[in-house]
Amino acid sequence: MSVLKRLNDPQLGREMIKKVKEQAAQLAGHLGRAVALMEVCGTHTMAISSTGLRSLLAGLVELRSGPGCPVCVTAAGDIEQMIALARMPGVTVATFGDMVRVPGVLSSLERERAGGARVQIVYSPVDAVALARDKPDQEVIFLGMGFETTAPMVALSINQANNLRLTNFSVYSVHKLVPPVMRALLGAGEVKVDGLILPGHVCAITGSEAFAFIGEEYGIPAVVTGFTPVDILDALHILLNKIQTGDNRVVNGYRWVVRDDGNLQAQSAIKNCFYLGDAIWRGFGVVNGSGLLIGEKFAHYDAMRKFTAERLDDAAEPQGCRCGELLRGLISPGDCPMFGHPCTPASPVGPCMVSSEGACAAYYHYR
Amino acid sequence: MCLGIPALVVEVPDKEWAVIEVEGIMCQVGVHLVGEVVPGDYLMVHAGFAVEKLDLAEAKARLDLWEELLDFERAEKA
Ligand code: SF4
Repeated sequence: MSVLKRLNDPQLGREMIKKVKEQAAQLAGHLGRAVALMEVCGTHTMAISSTGLRSLLAGLVELRSGPGCPVCVTAAGDIEQMIALARMPGVTVATFGDMVRVPGVLSSLERERAGGARVQIVYSPVDAVALARDKPDQEVIFLGMGFETTAPMVALSINQANNLRLTNFSVYSVHKLVPPVMRALLGAGEVKVDGLILPGHVCAITGSEAFAFIGEEYGIPAVVTGFTPVDILDALHILLNKIQTGDNRVVNGYRWVVRDDGNLQAQSAIKNCFYLGDAIWRGFGVVNGSGLLIGEKFAHYDAMRKFTAERLDDAAEPQGCRCGELLRGLISPGDCPMFGHPCTPASPVGPCMVSSEGACAAYYHYR
Repeated sequence: MCLGIPALVVEVPDKEWAVIEVEGIMCQVGVHLVGEVVPGDYLMVHAGFAVEKLDLAEAKARLDLWEELLDFERAEKA
């Protein structure tokens, strides 16, 4: 069996679950409660739900979701701004699929599209550059959201637009960084977890060492891991061991993809294009130094400068939606009174029910 | 959107782009961030670009360790 197949081998997975369950039972017995872990990344939330791991470990390990779904943490004010951009005549906004359905106060990109706005779903920011090249009479605005994993790709696309000397392309950048929000989350002291599962592909860029502060400053262990069932079970095994032995160092459990110091080329692509600024996160408000804003050198590709005088302050959250608390790890989707009724993936009230990485969507699909 | 996919490199037409295959589908991805790649390499791909080259030997070592651990436990129980 190939290595990639083995990482998804159900037989191996079943045996690993047995082992992890034994370990968890021992630790939970020792603690006198379920072990509380947070999976920071939305893709982990989805994988943990879809493999049934969440229910298999229920009572022994409580797996809580964190702020790692890029669509979900995009501030309500930015959603309004994106909708306003889509409404402008002569503009095409290009974005990843999930963003289109996120409800704003009165509208969404999807609704604007139904009303005649040009909203194009793309898989890569280079597709948005190609769109601008092929439609010189249209102003193409790429809605750039995501974490460290996506930011270098957007930086490269801006470079590409610059090489093509495009004047009808720009990026509305709400890119965010994960380490500062983890500091904000843990520093607030609201959420109590015994350990963290760190986002594998964010760490592919930042390196596992970028998260060493978690053990040093907050005294809990953290493991970087990937997204196959074997990766996740391996990470649980490592994490439970670390909690048991009181070893709080960050562990790179995803060595087949992640280097301890990350991808240096990607880091310099980010630095070349963006500068560090403050960002507004849904659920957190302003987190200092957590945003990537387009630098002076590429100011002409910055949709914020090109089309809006200044960034909007935050807008109102959907009424009754508890995405904010969910993203801070304080509640589970089931704790929201609107979960399942009236909030469903078909008619979402908040972004956490829209996104394929949103915790509410994950819990809803795999109830 | 954040979902990375492991992909096999089948062709490298120039220094910046590679043709990859994922589940029988071919497409082109940027390899600007991962240094030189050759056909047969595996890449982790995200939003049209390779994020890293995969070190499958590292994954294999981890898998083998698990097999050993599980074998050991099975033997102990028997
Ligand atoms: S169930 Fe719906 S309304 Fe409740 S927190 Fe999730 S997205 Fe918001």
